[in-house]
Amino acid sequence: MTDQIDVAIIGSGPSSLSAAIELKALGIARVVVLERDPEAGGIPRHCGHPPFGIREFKRVLTGPQYARKLVATARLVGVEIRTSTTVVEARPDGKLLLATKDGVAEIAPRRVIYATGVRETPRSCRFITGPRPLGVVNTGALQSTVYLQDRTPFERPVIIGTELVSFSAIMTCRHAGIKPVAMIEANEGVTARWPTGLFPRIVGVPLHLGTRLSAILGNRSVTGVEVVDRAGNHRVINCDGVILSGQFTPEVALARCGHLAVDAATKGPVVDQYGRCSDPCYFATGNVLRPVETAGWSWNEGRQTARWVAADLAGDLAPVGAEIEVVAADPVIRYVVPQRLSLAAGSAGMKHLQLRVTRRAKGTLVAMCGDQTLWKMPLNARPERRILVPVGKFTAAGKPVKIELKFIAE
Amino acid sequence: MMPDRKSSLSSTLFDVVVIGAGVVGCAMARRFTLEGARVALVEKACDILDGASKANSAILHTGFDAPVGSIELDCIRKGAEEYRQIHQDMRLPLDAAGAYVVAWNDVEVARLDTLLEQAHRNGISNATLVGQTVLRDNEPHLSDRALAAISVPGEALIDPWSAPYAYLKQALQNGAEVFLKCEVTGGGFAGGEWQLETSRGVLNCRQVINCAGLYGDYVDQAVLGLSDFLITPRKGQFLIFDKAAASLLQAIILPVPTARTKGVVVCRTIFGNLLVGPTADEQQSRDEASTDTASLEGLMQAAIRIIPTLADMPITATYAGLRPATEQKEYRIIPRPDSNWITVGGIRSTGLSAALGIAQHVFAQYRDWGAAHEPLPDPRVPQANILAEQSARAWREGGQGDMICHCELVREAEIRQALTGPLAARSLAGLKRQTRVTMGRCQGFYCSARLTELTDGHFDIPLAKDIKHD
Repeated sequence: MTDQIDVAIIGSGPSSLSAAIELKALGIARVVVLERDPEAGGIPRHCGHPPFGIREFKRVLTGPQYARKLVATARLVGVEIRTSTTVVEARPDGKLLLATKDGVAEIAPRRVIYATGVRETPRSCRFITGPRPLGVVNTGALQSTVYLQDRTPFERPVIIGTELVSFSAIMTCRHAGIKPVAMIEANEGVTARWPTGLFPRIVGVPLHLGTRLSAILGNRSVTGVEVVDRAGNHRVINCDGVILSGQFTPEVALARCGHLAVDAATKGPVVDQYGRCSDPCYFATGNVLRPVETAGWSWNEGRQTARWVAADLAGDLAPVGAEIEVVAADPVIRYVVPQRLSLAAGSAGMKHLQLRVTRRAKGTLVAMCGDQTLWKMPLNARPERRILVPVGKFTAAGKPVKIELKFIAE
Repeated sequence: MMPDRKSSLSSTLFDVVVIGAGVVGCAMARRFTLEGARVALVEKACDILDGASKANSAILHTGFDAPVGSIELDCIRKGAEEYRQIHQDMRLPLDAAGAYVVAWNDVEVARLDTLLEQAHRNGISNATLVGQTVLRDNEPHLSDRALAAISVPGEALIDPWSAPYAYLKQALQNGAEVFLKCEVTGGGFAGGEWQLETSRGVLNCRQVINCAGLYGDYVDQAVLGLSDFLITPRKGQFLIFDKAAASLLQAIILPVPTARTKGVVVCRTIFGNLLVGPTADEQQSRDEASTDTASLEGLMQAAIRIIPTLADMPITATYAGLRPATEQKEYRIIPRPDSNWITVGGIRSTGLSAALGIAQHVFAQYRDWGAAHEPLPDPRVPQANILAEQSARAWREGGQGDMICHCELVREAEIRQALTGPLAARSLAGLKRQTRVTMGRCQGFYCSARLTELTDGHFDIPLAKDIKHD
C-alpha cells in the first residue's frame, strides 16, 4: 500500500460502498471511505425493515443486514474504511481536513467522491407555527433511536407526509409498539407509489388527505397538532409526538461552506454527466445529487461513478471544457440533474437526466434555447417520482448553450 | 411567623438572595460575590437562562441609540466596558464586527443626522456617517437599496449563553450558592432580615434582589404585595441561516430604530451562522415563545430585501424569545431601602449588553445603604466553554471521544461535562446552550439517538423511554 490515497469517499452509505467496491474491482490501489459515525453503512443501518438488497444481492434483506453485507464486502476487497472520521473542510484540489478521536489531520487524495446522502428537512425549515416542545422528530432520528438505542421518544405520534419514508416510519413504530394516531398529507393523494396508499389503513393508522399541519401544540412536550382541511376547517388531534417525514435535502454542508458550486434547485453539488463537480477533483454520487432515490438506485449510481472516476485517474475522461447548461425554468419542475453536460463526453457518463416535479403535472415538457424550441415530450408526473430524459436529447444541441426546461399544462 | 427549621433550604444567613438566573441574575450574583457578599441565587426552572435570556440577538451594544441620560445607557456602557475587560481572562468570545445603521429610504436618511448626534451625546464618539459607496465597498452583498448609514464600530457579537454561564460559574467558584427548581412564593421581612419562602424551603437573607425577568412583577406582588409595573411580554422571532451565509456579511446591519423597537437586525453569530430578527409582538403568555408561519415568512422576505442572495440560502433554525417589556422604555430598577429589596425589572432587549453594568449599578446602590463587605482579594476566574466558531474548539483536540453532533462538531466529552457539576444541564434546551448540540443544520436528525443514550437519567423530561417489547 502506498501513502498516496487514490480516492477518498465521504460517507459510507450504499452509493459510497458500491463506488469503493467497484473502484477496487477496477484496480484502483488505495480507496478510503471516511465515515463520521462510529459504524459504517449509512442510513440503512437503522432501517430495521425490508426490502433492501434486491438489486445488489438478489435477496430481500433488512436495512441493517444490507448495510453489514455492503461493509463486509468492501472490507473483503481491500477498501479502507475509517469510522469516527469527520471531514471538516473540503478544500480545492481535493485536500481534506479530518477530525478524528486523536485530533485533526489532513489528507490529499487524488480524487474525492461526495457520497454524503440526504436527510429529512427539519422543523425549522418548514416554518411551522407553535412553540418548540420535545417530541418533534424526523423519521431518521426516530429510526436510529428505535433501532440503535431501543428507545422511543413518544407513544402516540402524528406522522406528517406520505412519502415512502413515511411508511417506513409506520413500520418503525410497529416494531417499537408505538401507535401513530394519524397520518397527514396536504395533497389529495398519497405521495408514495400505489399501493402503499392502502398501507396505513391496513395497519390502522387513519390517513387524512388534503389536510395540512397548521400548528404544533405543547410548551415542554407535544400535546397535539392543529390541522386544517381544504375547506379551511381547523381541528386539534391529540398526540404526544410529531414525525416530520420526508422532504429530503442533500447533506451538502461541506460543499456549501467550501468552494464547490451548489445547485439552488437540487440543493446538491452542481455536476456534469460524470458526476464531476465544479472542482474536477471532486465527484458526487448517490442521494447527495438530488433528493431522493432508493438505496438500490444509489448503489447503482455509486458503481457507475466509480467507473468514471477510475477513467479520470487513468486520464481517459473528457476534460472539463465546453458544456451545455440545463436549467429548470418553471416552478413545476423542481430540479434537473446533472445540471451541466460536457460536450466532449459523447455518449459516456450518465445516460439520463433526472427530473422531479413540484406538483401533479400533466402536459408537455419543453426544452428551450433562447426563443428556440429544441424538443418537447409529453409529461404525466407526480411529486417525488423519478422522471428520466435521455442525455442525447440535450447534447444534440451540439454547442455550449443554456437549455431551459419549461412545462406547458394540458 | 418563624419558619419550621426542617423546611429551611439552607442554614446560612445570606447577605443577598438574587431571584432569577437570567443573564441579569447571573451577573448580579457574580458582582455581589466578588464584592465579598454571601450570595444565593434562586431559579424556578431546572436550568439557568430559561426565560427571557434564552433567546436574543447576541449583540454587545454600545448604547448609541439608548435614551440620553437613561439608566439603560449607563448600564450598557458600563456593562460593555466590563465585558471587554474580563472576556479574555474568562475565555469569552468577542467578535468586533461593528455595525451599520442603514437608511433604506429618504425619510430614514433624513433621520441619520439626529441619530448620529444622539450617538455622540451618548459618548460613542467614533460613530460616523458613511455614504453609499463606502457601504457597498465594505458590504458588497447588501442590497443596492441601502442609501447611507451610520457606522458604529463598537457594536460587537458575543455568545449570549457562555457569558452568563461564566458569570454564574465565577460566583459559584467564589462561594455563592445556586438553588434550581426553586420558585419564590412569598416571604416576610423583620428585624433587617428576610425569610423567603420557596418551593424548596425557606431561605434567610438580609437583602433581596429581584431579577425575575418575565415574572419580575409577579415576584414583587407575591413577596412585597405590590408592584410598580406590569410586564407585557414582547415576543421576538428569529431566523438563523446556514453557516454558508455568514460569509455574506461582515458588520451588524441595524435598521434606523423607532420608538418601540430596534427593528430587524441582520448579523453573523459568534457560532458562524447568520441571524435575522427579531419581530416585536406583544402577548400575554410569559412562557410560550411560539414561532408562526407568517412571521417567519415575513422575516425571510425582510432578509432577502437586505441581502438578496439569502434567497438561495437554507434555514438552519427558527426560534422566538420573550422580552420583559413594561409600560416604560426605561429599566425599572426600584430600590426599596426600607425593606432591603431592589427590584431589577423591565430589562428588555439590551439585558445581555447591560447585565454587568446593571450589577455594578445595583451594587453601588446597595453599598450606599451602608452594607460593608471586603471585596475578594484574589477571586477565582473560570474558563468558559469554547463554542465560538473561530476559536480553538474541542473537536480539534484528541481524547474528546466520538463526534456526537456532526453539524456543530460537538464531542462526547463536552456533552458529558455539561451534564455534571452544579450547573449540569437538566433539559435539552440547557444542554444546547452549554454545548450547541442539535443546534446545527440537521436539528437532531443525525445525533438524537446518541443523545437519548448520553442524557439518560439526567433530564427532568427524558428525551426517550425504553421500548417495552412483548
